[in-house]
Amino acid sequence: MKPTLGQRIDVITRNSLPVLFTILLIVINVLPLHIPGFARIVPVLPLIAVYHWSVYRPELMPPLAVFVIGVLYDILSGTPLGVNALVFLAVSGVVRFQQRFFVGRSFFVVWLGFAIVALGSGILSWVLVSVLSETLVEPKALAFQFILNFGFFPVLAWLFLRWQHLYLQSE
Amino acid sequence: MKDNPRVMSRITQPARGLVHRFAYVGLVFAAFGLMMLGKVDAVLMERMRTVVTDSVAPILDTLSRPIEEASRFIYKVESLWGMYEDNQALRADNQRLIQWQAVARHLEAENTALRELLNYQPGPSPSYISARVIADTGGAFAHSLLLNAGSQQHVSKGQAVVTGAGLVGRIAGVGKRSSRILLITDLNSRIPVIVEPGRYRAILAGDNTDRPKLIHTTPGATLKPGDLVVTSGQGGAFPVGIVIGVVSDMSENGAAVTPFNARDRLEVVRVVDFGLKGILRSEPIDERPVAAPVKNVTEGAPLGGETSSAVSVEEAGAAPRPTVEP
Repeated sequence: MKPTLGQRIDVITRNSLPVLFTILLIVINVLPLHIPGFARIVPVLPLIAVYHWSVYRPELMPPLAVFVIGVLYDILSGTPLGVNALVFLAVSGVVRFQQRFFVGRSFFVVWLGFAIVALGSGILSWVLVSVLSETLVEPKALAFQFILNFGFFPVLAWLFLRWQHLYLQSE
Repeated sequence: MKDNPRVMSRITQPARGLVHRFAYVGLVFAAFGLMMLGKVDAVLMERMRTVVTDSVAPILDTLSRPIEEASRFIYKVESLWGMYEDNQALRADNQRLIQWQAVARHLEAENTALRELLNYQPGPSPSYISARVIADTGGAFAHSLLLNAGSQQHVSKGQAVVTGAGLVGRIAGVGKRSSRILLITDLNSRIPVIVEPGRYRAILAGDNTDRPKLIHTTPGATLKPGDLVVTSGQGGAFPVGIVIGVVSDMSENGAAVTPFNARDRLEVVRVVDFGLKGILRSEPIDERPVAAPVKNVTEGAPLGGETSSAVSVEEAGAAPRPTVEP
């Protein structure tokens, strides 16, 4: 049976929502929260989203979208352009490469995987920014940011998993 | 006919994989290309940034309002908690400040008299543009904020951004209705300063920590904790004497400065429009020094400058002339 136009539009909207929501996360990420000291170590929410969708539904997070998300994040967060584009691409690439490893694994394994990926992406971005600004950037804030990334992952991932079960069931 | 799709997919599947891989590698190169381009042509990159931030600015503006309200509410509740102690402290402060006020009045009168004797020409007095902070762009690498005012509100690149407490940073990029502040703590921030009371010159260099460092200090300068750091106005970009912070500790590789402004408390800031307007206004009427807050801020008197509220300074800055006559 051929899907009707309405059904097709429905599927397209549903499938583009993960990317659109990730873009919204970027905006949320830069809102001033007025919490002392938080701005420097605020978790990289789009990183969590890119990782999550690359693990569970890679076709909903294509490389081009990852690139655009990275560039947008660079633009709004003030990091040198291209840094997070590359970091997010690397994350999605690594996850795709290890796709088989993640199939059917428990949530904790995925979380652990995220810890490794977040650590790697932190180090990569530190190296890139240090090279581009020609100094060694202070790494302390980055360590705290890693901890927050790690801590925020289950919150967002839980939300995404619920969403997946509710709306993205049908392929 | 029936296995046609299968045959097709047997051909297209690897091809598609190849295309994907190429796309992926291409995007990685594009990311590197952007980085290189950013190094080579910073102006172009900044323009790209402002186009995007301009289009996101209205969303950020709307979303940041409720958060600001909430944080204000929390602040109120917090301050209810320690009301008694605060009151005691404020009373004590008030006692002390009344004495300072007397001293300041005396000095101001003396200053006016001496200026008249010398026929001193005060520098052009700046006007201010108030703007709301709509994004604290966060992250471990960049210390910058977005404002909801841009070229439409006559914000332009290089202008200083202040609050009642002192310098916040400078405008690094301007869009039509948004602009980006580079905070004094950012890695790329370099500001010529004077360290009071010795009036030693130095450069305040941000290093992505909360406390920027003093570099290129005048040889032989003796700095000590508590010394006031103000802008020197060298290079012409900044007005002279905006307070920044105090020297907080000394180490072998320079002194660290604790700024008066905490990044997380910034809600409304003022952009100092120092350039063209100041020049246009410096006509004969400008000879008299202005009383009260504006001068205190711009000349960095350690007294009134920090305590004057944003609103009073704002008003005085906007229309200082008619009320001048002492």
